[in-house]
Amino acid sequence: MIDARQLTKRYGDKTAVDGLDFVVKPGTVTGFLGPNGAGKSTTMRMIVGLDAPTTGSVTVNGHHYARHRAPLQEVGALLEAKSIHPGRSAYNHLRALALTHGIPRRRVDEVIDLSGLASVAKKRAGAFSLGMGQRLGIAAALLGDPQTVMLDEPVNGLDPEGVLWIRNLLKALADEGRTVFVSSHLMSEMALVADHLIIVGRGRLLADTTVGDLIREAGGDTVTVATQDPARLRDVLAGPGVDITGRVGSEELQVTGLTARQIGLTAAEHGIPLFELSARTVSLEEAFMDLTREAVEYHGSTTGIETLGRPA
Amino acid sequence: MSTLTATTEEPRTAPARPAYRVTGRRVLSSEWAKLWSLRSTWITLGLGLLFMVAFGLIAASRYKSGINSGHMDRDFATSTAVSLSLFGTNFAQLALGVLGVLVTAGEYSTGMIRSTLAAVPRRLPVLWSKATVFGLVALAVATLGAFVAFLFGSGIVSGTPAAMGLSHAGVLRSLLGAGLYLGLVAVIGTALGALLRSVAGGISVLVATFMLIPGLISLLPSSWQDNISPYLPSNAGESMFALTHDSTTLSPGAGLLVFLCWTVLALCGAAYRLARSDV
Repeated sequence: MIDARQLTKRYGDKTAVDGLDFVVKPGTVTGFLGPNGAGKSTTMRMIVGLDAPTTGSVTVNGHHYARHRAPLQEVGALLEAKSIHPGRSAYNHLRALALTHGIPRRRVDEVIDLSGLASVAKKRAGAFSLGMGQRLGIAAALLGDPQTVMLDEPVNGLDPEGVLWIRNLLKALADEGRTVFVSSHLMSEMALVADHLIIVGRGRLLADTTVGDLIREAGGDTVTVATQDPARLRDVLAGPGVDITGRVGSEELQVTGLTARQIGLTAAEHGIPLFELSARTVSLEEAFMDLTREAVEYHGSTTGIETLGRPA
Repeated sequence: MSTLTATTEEPRTAPARPAYRVTGRRVLSSEWAKLWSLRSTWITLGLGLLFMVAFGLIAASRYKSGINSGHMDRDFATSTAVSLSLFGTNFAQLALGVLGVLVTAGEYSTGMIRSTLAAVPRRLPVLWSKATVFGLVALAVATLGAFVAFLFGSGIVSGTPAAMGLSHAGVLRSLLGAGLYLGLVAVIGTALGALLRSVAGGISVLVATFMLIPGLISLLPSSWQDNISPYLPSNAGESMFALTHDSTTLSPGAGLLVFLCWTVLALCGAAYRLARSDV
């Protein structure tokens, strides 16, 4: 359980995190989404007390992270960059962290096996590939058998097998009743694992929703239908859970709550001719882009030289 | 893996969870393990010991050959077995001080500090543990070095005016003082690393404090020099292990006190920055 209240972080004039309010609940995978520079990493660093909030607060399982007697048992975190000494072996790195909490050697061996590092555990961590480094970071996050697991961009640098491993791991952790909080800038990846989504842009909360609701709100199930007699069509389609919109004087209607197939059959039944019948399916990616378009920190441009260097 | 409940008040009462807990002793043992699991520790401690012993022996040999040939350098004229044997202290302090800087600043340059402080978010126990662990290790290595250098050095200069034994007045105090001095230099290095969070910055300040400033002081008017000079870290520290003292130097006890004050000052600065600033 992570509870952020009016969480704010300013660096000089720049506000990295701006009054975030959210709750991450146990038993589900919560995706923390936002474009680069949205304040995801800063938020996560504040959760584990590496950065102090300018105003507001964030608690984990009811207390500030630093006030827990065994912090690694409350939150296991994988942070953005490598958080290891390259000269130390993976085993010694985990062992040093374990010693601070009195975590037995047995548990160190367990997380090494769990993260697939057994063959390289005695090697210097500096020689690890990006993917191996991520696995070591995840091993460290799981070391204290934590109630809350928080991972910042965990699939970065992982090969397809590693990505699949992370997905299954996250789901398994949530199924055990743990709080799982995972950041990503890739909606497509989140769609596969997350049940709940917290979407931020430029430090502000844009949406606190579920995957299904997000698609619905973005008009995912809208069917566009055009007919000579929209008023009559509106009457015959009307029903519970059906929402029909259209401009006055236009032949087009937007229908949600019915499939294109159902609309076509109903219209034929009543002898209403249709000119157009098209389902507009919005992908999660599009819904996310719509939501964050305004809030993207660094816009790429393909339109020409004159837009270069202008603040987005 | 245990199944967890979503209680907010006392999550540790959930069943089947091992009762882990961060304690001061555990942080100490973690820092001990961290220190010895890096190759740089072994190399730098080895260098410190080598400097201590080798330079002491070289100085003693030079003195001996000067006596034999009758051409004594003026610098060596007032030498004792102690001052010759401890000739390497200046070089050993560089090795131990630099390793002290690495112990803390190295965590910032590599990113390890994020793991360290996530495990010990109260932060200050990490600084105290690092200073304690490395200070004691440096103390042990330096004391060993001082005694080994003296045993061989005094053997070399026996039968000369510099000859001295362990039972000679002040000898034991000088050798122990040298070990204590180097142990505290290591602590100051550790503090500087934590204060500046940069290996290069920490080493620069360390070298400036112990090697450059004593030289620069000679540019000041001599009346100022006499007032300031004895209290500089390097000179106060030297009083701890020098066999003879005159009106321009502090007594060993006063030197230790002044040097302890410098150490505490550096640690306070490091603690303030560690507790207050983001990582």
